[in-house]
Amino acid sequence: MKEERMSIIVTTIANLLFPFIIIFSFYVIMHGHLTPGGGFQGGAIGASAIVMLIVAYGAREIRKKVGEENLSIFESIGGLIFVIVGILGFIMASTFLYNFLVGSELFGKIPPLGSNPGYLNTGGILPLLNIAVGMKVIGGLASVVLVMALFRGDKE
Amino acid sequence: MIYNIPFYTVIALILIGLYAILFKRNLIKIAIGVTILESGVNLFLITLGYRKGGVAPIYTNLPPSIEVPEGMVMPVPQALTLTSIVIGVAVLALILSLAIMIYRHYGTLDSRKVRRLKE
Amino acid sequence: MKKAIIFIIFAIFLFYTAYELHPFGEIKESKMDDYIIENAQNETGANNVVTSVVFDYRGYDTLGEATVLFTAIAGALVVLRRRK
Repeated sequence: MKEERMSIIVTTIANLLFPFIIIFSFYVIMHGHLTPGGGFQGGAIGASAIVMLIVAYGAREIRKKVGEENLSIFESIGGLIFVIVGILGFIMASTFLYNFLVGSELFGKIPPLGSNPGYLNTGGILPLLNIAVGMKVIGGLASVVLVMALFRGDKE
Repeated sequence: MIYNIPFYTVIALILIGLYAILFKRNLIKIAIGVTILESGVNLFLITLGYRKGGVAPIYTNLPPSIEVPEGMVMPVPQALTLTSIVIGVAVLALILSLAIMIYRHYGTLDSRKVRRLKE
Repeated sequence: MKKAIIFIIFAIFLFYTAYELHPFGEIKESKMDDYIIENAQNETGANNVVTSVVFDYRGYDTLGEATVLFTAIAGALVVLRRRK
């Protein structure tokens, strides 16, 4: 079975760049209520980091280290967190997806009106929903690209 | 007439996408036509909400001489465009996986030769 | 021949629509968006008005879009399964 990874320069640069891209994706997801960005945009950046590793190392090695079932479980946990936060709003206050954290102490400071430098403590339930949607997009897009790269025309 | 140029760009994108879906035979070219049509519709949604001389509707470090509801663009069409882009990605993933299965089963990607129901 | 007739009729319809739309940049009425821009910091507590529209004022549409994404990815994974 011939080797599928690319030359040693490409694998070294992929190893070097991977933590920076993951940290930038978490920064865009967490500051979704202060700057342009949010769940979907940060999730696309994180999925492209995993796709860079698939291109550099070949699909069979990535399937041994990070299985395709683990990425599916990661996506499903993100969807469950979204629904659980919605049902918590239904139990503690009046309707589904009610913003019940404004005024409390977890994420609940109201920012001063008009132009201000952003504070991370604000936002209500928006940072929790951003994290849930970010997990869903990263798991979904990386899993689809991995399964398409693994598919060979083998005999039936 | 010369300042309606974004609407004419939308018309050009929709007509190019429709031409690729109707008149081409390869399955990959039909998939590219679907993507171009979807890009044209997203551009049309964003250009409906533009106000002349407006800034983005974000309060962090706003420039100090902007009136609050009349100096910002409308935020609701941008939210609808975000949903539409994600749905376009999902449809493209499904089209391409079905194209891979058709190529493995029939050996060709011509859309006039894959019409047999059972072999 | 039938495809060309449909294509030309649709192109004429699109050009007539671009002639009748409002000029680019002048909006007639925007009462809902003025209310959302003025009251988003008090009721939601976020600086980004677009994110608060996507997740708070219209959060139910985002739940539907997450369901569409999950269904499409599940369909793509079922089609490309390997025989063990």
